[in-house]
Amino acid sequence: MTTTEQRQIRVLIAKPGLDGHDRGAKVVARALRDSGMEVIYTGIRQTPEMIAEAALQEDVDVVGLSILSGAHMELFPRVVEALKARGVSDVVLFAGGIIPEEDVAALRALGFRGIFRPGASTQEIVEFVRASVEPRE
Amino acid sequence: MTVDELAEGVLRGDRRLLARAMTLVENRTPRGRHLLRLLYPHSGRAHTVGVTGSAGSGKSTLTGALTHELRRRGKTVGIIAVDPTSPFTSGAILGDRIRMQDLTGDHDVFMRSVATRGSLGGLSEAVADLMCVLDAAGKDVVIVETVGAGQDEVEVARTAQTTVLVLTPGTGDDIQAMKAGIMEIADILVVNKADLPGADTLLGHLRALLMLNRAEGWQVPVQRAIASREEGVVELADAIEQRRRFLETSGALETARRERARHQLLAAMRSALIRRAVGESEGVSRLEEAVERVASREIDPHTAAEELIEQVRER
Amino acid sequence: MSSTRQEWLDSVFAKAVGRAPERQPRFETSSGAEVQPLYTPEDLEGWDYHRQAGYPGEHPYTRGVQPTGYRGRLWTMRQYAGFADADESNRRYRYLLEQGQTGLSVAFDLPTQIGYDSDDPMAEGEVGKVGVAIASLEDMERLFAAIPLDRVTTSMTINATAGILLAMYVAVAKKQGIDLKEIGGTIQNDILKEYIARGTYIFPPKPSMRLITDIFAWCREHVPSWNTISISGYHMREAGCTAAQEVAFTLANAIAYVEAARARGLDFDSFGPRLSFFFACHNSFFEEVAKFRAARRLWARIAKERFGARDARSMMLRFHTQTGGATLTAQQPDNNIVRTALQALAAVLGGTQSLHTNSKDEALALPSEQAVQVALRTQQIIAYESGVADTVDPLAGSYFIESLTNQVEREAVALIERIDQLDGAVAGIEQGFQQRQIQDSAYRVQMEIEGGDRVVVGVNRFVTEEPPVEGLLRVDPAVGERQANRLARLRAQRDGARAAAALTALREGARAEQVNMMPLILEAVESYCTIGEICNVLRQEWGVYREKLAI
Repeated sequence: MTTTEQRQIRVLIAKPGLDGHDRGAKVVARALRDSGMEVIYTGIRQTPEMIAEAALQEDVDVVGLSILSGAHMELFPRVVEALKARGVSDVVLFAGGIIPEEDVAALRALGFRGIFRPGASTQEIVEFVRASVEPRE
Repeated sequence: MTVDELAEGVLRGDRRLLARAMTLVENRTPRGRHLLRLLYPHSGRAHTVGVTGSAGSGKSTLTGALTHELRRRGKTVGIIAVDPTSPFTSGAILGDRIRMQDLTGDHDVFMRSVATRGSLGGLSEAVADLMCVLDAAGKDVVIVETVGAGQDEVEVARTAQTTVLVLTPGTGDDIQAMKAGIMEIADILVVNKADLPGADTLLGHLRALLMLNRAEGWQVPVQRAIASREEGVVELADAIEQRRRFLETSGALETARRERARHQLLAAMRSALIRRAVGESEGVSRLEEAVERVASREIDPHTAAEELIEQVRER
Repeated sequence: MSSTRQEWLDSVFAKAVGRAPERQPRFETSSGAEVQPLYTPEDLEGWDYHRQAGYPGEHPYTRGVQPTGYRGRLWTMRQYAGFADADESNRRYRYLLEQGQTGLSVAFDLPTQIGYDSDDPMAEGEVGKVGVAIASLEDMERLFAAIPLDRVTTSMTINATAGILLAMYVAVAKKQGIDLKEIGGTIQNDILKEYIARGTYIFPPKPSMRLITDIFAWCREHVPSWNTISISGYHMREAGCTAAQEVAFTLANAIAYVEAARARGLDFDSFGPRLSFFFACHNSFFEEVAKFRAARRLWARIAKERFGARDARSMMLRFHTQTGGATLTAQQPDNNIVRTALQALAAVLGGTQSLHTNSKDEALALPSEQAVQVALRTQQIIAYESGVADTVDPLAGSYFIESLTNQVEREAVALIERIDQLDGAVAGIEQGFQQRQIQDSAYRVQMEIEGGDRVVVGVNRFVTEEPPVEGLLRVDPAVGERQANRLARLRAQRDGARAAAALTALREGARAEQVNMMPLILEAVESYCTIGEICNVLRQEWGVYREKLAI
């Protein structure tokens, strides 16, 4: 029996913007599920407001975003703003997709604690999520 | 944040705190139970609706469309969407928001995805508690959408005042539902995807079945819908409204309320007992020990259970 | 001396393996079928040259649809390009044509593909990013400025809004004074794979299929040389499926289009010759060559046996190939040039009609001009230096290639049968069948890479520290603003009454199922209605599709 008081990590995986390349997002969702987490998957074409609102309502610990269209420098800051506007300040943010090295510093400054570029393994992502979620009741 | 502050936030309609409160309740922590204690007296106002049906029947789409209609009628809505936990990894993928994404911008709709989690104490109890929180937060209608249409769903659906069973043509859904015993507890039947071949046959079959009416005097309506085009949702919202009025005027609501209270109380007692008997780490090994003895036929399960409970009393 | 393969396996081979074991316990194709250590005539027992290979230009077209292969004309070297706004893309096209490219291939940005104007809030951040932003006929006129449309063929990767972009292209041709019979090209127009893998759908399947069949019917009459659809396995492959799944899902979609068109009263031979296909080419060299040959043979049989084609052209599977974007690595990007060259070679040996070679930097950004040039040069080296284009289907008769061709075909046939049992490709999509299959394959590959069972050079083996890549192309962020200003001007200056009337007619047409939408779309486009305005009318009438989650 698992003790019912055990902490369940909840992760939101979403694709902001319009690109439909969700292979990575789905593989990551599945890897997180297979490592015992609850993954709220909202799919493609999510606006920053939809993502922030889902993060709020689902009370997730972690939000993972994926963009392959190159719109990350426009859309990621908008997601961060939308989260702040809702008082959701304690979620761990990570990002994946086609993100050039030169954007990494700016995204870190924005609050993205994990940035996973092409070639990253799901194991790295799972370990990142586990390590970043602080024990909470 | 104290539990009192959280409860206050929920009652005030603070969405962030409502979300946090639901986590505590879902995780069945002592703080969660404390919170429920504070919120329970403020619940009982919402009409609770269970939407059940087999996978692929369009429950999420229908729930989304129904919510749109309820919003047009000025009702605030809480939604609990249940998806299965993987028995192998205890993880889950919760994807119901995909079908309800246009509701996300509406602050009078609060949706929460819930995994079945294989915890002792049962899903239906957790769902009842989560409904209570949304109810206390002032939602007029609280909808719970189940995973499929099996035995577990019967339990979950029973926690709602009105159960909507969604069926689709050509899938043998009706047979499955009968086998699972869910047909008996459905208050409204919806044939979704009614533009598919076989819809009329299914409707006819269901109507014939329902000639045998339920004792309480509620005439179970059989409706058609095409949820993806929001067809049939006005009728569904009407039927839910009629059901609510029926429950109120016939006294059935009072009966049902007591029935549900009894059910919830028994369920809560069950989990409290289990929690006390084997809930702590030491208890887990006590459970495992007893499991071994029962498995090896050293002792029968009833006597073993009595022994475990007896130990609680002694402590 | 061994007299059968088994004898050889048991003696000489077993002894050699006993001394030095093989590199892997098992060798596999992308679908997990076992690759034998050796192929011999025994593998082709019962194989009939005439029935299974045949001659080039003859049924079943295994050896190609062109009797002369590439001896007469090489494949079309067609690099997919487009970014920022119309003016910038126009400059890139003219550059590519000067460099010896023989056809254009237009990449549109996502708002254009999903039917949002550049100034729609949904388009935020996406304008001009993965392709050129086209919101109205005015943009299209600038895109093809100084490019005579009777002198190039143009392929447009456009699906949900294919009818609108085709109408714009036609309108530009008309303005250039060109007879519509003289323009040629392709629209992708393949919505089913959008639901399965690529994600730029707008409407639900039913009205989407109607639009597609409307385009078939309208083009036959007005733009007879236009390829009305490019049925694409590419994106499903990129999403993770195997070679055999790529063939199966593509042909299952083709079957769905043919059936939809026939249900609207079109005769197969009236549109069959204008169907074209689009595949990916990945690393597994021989399997990829076999895949193309199997796809051709299978389609010829389906066209003939299932649809009763009489016109030989309806049985010919003509296809475009793009090398595998998903095989490119962000690490050691120069390696991508080699991967692309191998893939391009396989596509040529598989008999492709046209080819796009990826640029080395595409795992990181849109390709730079220099990287595009190397990619194009790769094709030219294969064409002019390697000699592989000098005889037709040079790998035919190889025991391995013919066995693999049979293998891919067999697996594809089994999958198509399963989809038939689900009631066809559309029903399969609604149940998430194809999506789940692709997901499972993608996940398996990912786990193999992470477990080291599948080597990706520079990623999980032969890793080196390297400095970040420089000189990546960045789209000017001001593009969105420029587009918004243009749109504001357009809306103010156009004939408002004509535009409004065109949209009303469009709405009425959308409600009446038997009306062909194309003339209505053309009138809306020529009235300078924007893509967003047109799609919003259709969204209101037809609703929108939501993805079927299948993880």
